Amino acid sequence: MSIQKPKTIFEKIWDNHVVKKAEGYPDALFIDRHFIHEVTSPQAFDGLRKRGIQVFSTSRTSATADHNVPTKDQHLPIKEAMSRHQVETLRKNCAEFGVELYDLGHPYQGIVHIIGPELGLTLPGMTIVCGDSHTSTHGAFGNIAFGIGTSEVEQVLATQCILQYKPKTMKIEINGTLSKGVVSKDIILYVISKISASGATGYFVEYAGDTIRNLSMEARMTICNMSIEMGARGGLIAPDEITFNYIKGRKFAPQGELFDKKVAEWKKLATDEGAVYDQVLTINAEDIGPMITYGTNPGMGMRVSDRIPTIEELKEISERTSFKKSLDYMGLEPGSQLLGKAVDYVFIGSCTNARIEDLRLVAGIVKGKKKAAGVEVWVVPGSKQVEVQAKAEGLDKIFEAAGFELRSPGCSACLGMNEDKVPVGKYCISTSNRNFEGRQGPKSRTFLASPLSAAAAAITGRVTDVRELV
Amino acid sequence: MLIACQKTINEQLITKQEMKDKFITLKSTAVPLSVENIDTDQIIPARFLKATTREGFGDNLFRDWRYDSSNNPIKEFVLNQSKYSGKILVGGKNFGCGSSREHAAWAIYDYGFRVVISSFFADIFKNNALNNGLLPLVVSDKFLKGLFETIVVNPQTEVIVDLENQKVSADGITEGFEINKYKKTCMINGYDDIDYLLSLNSEIRAFDLVHS
Repeated sequence: MSIQKPKTIFEKIWDNHVVKKAEGYPDALFIDRHFIHEVTSPQAFDGLRKRGIQVFSTSRTSATADHNVPTKDQHLPIKEAMSRHQVETLRKNCAEFGVELYDLGHPYQGIVHIIGPELGLTLPGMTIVCGDSHTSTHGAFGNIAFGIGTSEVEQVLATQCILQYKPKTMKIEINGTLSKGVVSKDIILYVISKISASGATGYFVEYAGDTIRNLSMEARMTICNMSIEMGARGGLIAPDEITFNYIKGRKFAPQGELFDKKVAEWKKLATDEGAVYDQVLTINAEDIGPMITYGTNPGMGMRVSDRIPTIEELKEISERTSFKKSLDYMGLEPGSQLLGKAVDYVFIGSCTNARIEDLRLVAGIVKGKKKAAGVEVWVVPGSKQVEVQAKAEGLDKIFEAAGFELRSPGCSACLGMNEDKVPVGKYCISTSNRNFEGRQGPKSRTFLASPLSAAAAAITGRVTDVRELV
Repeated sequence: MLIACQKTINEQLITKQEMKDKFITLKSTAVPLSVENIDTDQIIPARFLKATTREGFGDNLFRDWRYDSSNNPIKEFVLNQSKYSGKILVGGKNFGCGSSREHAAWAIYDYGFRVVISSFFADIFKNNALNNGLLPLVVSDKFLKGLFETIVVNPQTEVIVDLENQKVSADGITEGFEINKYKKTCMINGYDDIDYLLSLNSEIRAFDLVHS
C-alpha cells in the first residue's frame, strides 16, 4: 500500500472536483454551487441563447438581485431606468432558463454572499463561484469559493465547469487573544496592511490558528470575504463544530440522518499533518488593534492609534508616486494621525459586515446614545432575513433612537451602483471592503473599519478609538 | 495530447459563428499610465455597469480620471493627450485589482487596446482579459520602468508584441514574456474556454452522476 502524500484542505477539495486534467490545459473543475446576480449575468445568458444551450444544472444555480437595487421603497418599481432594466433582465433570464430567483420582496432576497450561507446553500467541501470577487466569503465554511468574470459565468451556466490553473497555497496562522474592541474585520485589515493589496495574488489562502478557531461563523465570513483584497484567489477555514452548528437546520442544508452523514465527511476536511504550503504567514493576535484605512486600496491600513507613514518611510521608492496620489485624493497628509478626523457619513453594510452579529455589535455601542450632529448614518442589512431578525430583536428601535437610518437589503453604498452614494469630497467611515477612488460615489473618500469603529465614529462624529467606548 | 485536443477544438470552431480577433503580432505606439494598483473601479466605475450587452464600455473607460464632474476632459490624463495613442496600454504594477467585473476588460478592448503591459496583474482581471482577446503582458519591473521613460521621451515609440515567439520590444530593447501554452493557443486562434468545456460534456455528465 502506498502512503498518500499529505494534502492541504484546499488540495483535497480541488482534487475532488477535477473532471479532466489534460497536459497543457488548465483543469476542468466541477462547480457545486453557482450564485448569480443582475450585474454580471446578462451577457452570459445572451451567450447561452446565441449557442442555443440550456443551463447545465438549475438545481446548482441560485440568483438574487442585490448590486443595483434601491434600499428604500423596494416594493415600488425601481426608479432608475437602467437599474430597473438590469433587474428585469435577471427576472426574464431566470424565468426563461428555470433558475430560482430571490427577487426584491422575496423573504430570502439579499446580498448574494449573505444569503448563500444563511440558506444553507453554502456547505463545506464544495466548489462555489459567482460573478463577484467577494465570493471568497463562502470559504469560511471550508470550501473553494472564488469570484469569476462574465465569460466564466457563461462557462459554468453552460457546463457546470470552469477551466482553472491550480493556485499556490498560503497559510495565514493567527494565534492569541484579541484585545478589547478588536473584531474579525480588524484581523483581516491588519493582515492586508502587512502583506499589501497584491501580497496574496496567485495564492489560495487557508486561515488557521486558535484566534480563527474561536471566531463565530459570521466573523469568519468577514475574514474570508476580504481575501480578494490582498489579491488572493480565495480564502478558506477548515470546518469544525462551530461550522456544523451554524449549518444545522438551515433551509437547504442536508437534514436529519443525511446531515449526520455529511458531518462525518466534512470532519475529514482538514489539512493533513505534514502538508506543505507554498507560503506561511504567522500573526500574533495581540499585535492587532482597531484598524482603519487611510488610502485608496485596502492595503493602506493602520491601527487607529498609529499615524499615516511618511513618504520616506515607504519601503519601495517606486511606491512613492502612487502613495502621494492616494493621499492627495484622500485630502490627508503623510505622517498625520486620523484620530479625531471628522467624518460626514457612516455606512454599516455590505457582504463584509451586514450580518446580524454586525448589527448587534453596532447596537451594543449606540444603545442609549445619539449620532453626532451633521453625520449621516446608513445601516443596510445584508438580507431580508437579517432585517427581520434585527427588528425581532428590537435593534431597529435602538438605531432609530440614535438617529440611524435602517434601510432595506442590498449592496448599497459599498459600490454606489444605486442611489446610495457618498457625495463629492465627503468622508465616509464604512464597514465595506474597498476604499478605491470613487468607490462609494464619484470623488467620495472612504475609511474602512469594523462595525464597532464605524458605530463609535457615528456617535462622536470623528474617527475614534473604539476602546474609549467599550 | 495538446495537439490532438487542439484539433478537436479547431474543428468545432469552424462552425462557430462569432470568433474573437486572432492575435499573432502587434506593432503599435503605446499609452503610458504610470500608476500602481489600478483597480477595476477606476477602469470602469460601478455606475457604468448597468448595460446588459458587452459593447460601448469604452466610452466610460477610466471615466473619473478622464472627465471632471462637468464631463469636461481632464487634459493631464494620458487618454486626453493627443501625443499618446495606440493599441497598447502600459500600466503600473498590480493592474486590474479589485472587482471581478469583466466590464473592465470589455472597456479596455472597446476603447481600442489589444494589449496591456504591466509588471503584475491581478488574477481575475488577467483571466477576464484573456477570455476577451486582450493580452495581459507581464514584463519585469526594469523593463516596465524603461518602457514608461521611453514612451514619455518619445510618444511615437513603437512597441512590438510578438505573441508567437513571446517577445516584446521597444526602442531596441527586447524581453521575453511568459504565457501559458493553452491561453496562447486561444489568443492566437481566437478560441474561448467554453468551446473546450462543451467538448467535455459527456465526461462532465458522468462526473456529475457519481459526485455527491
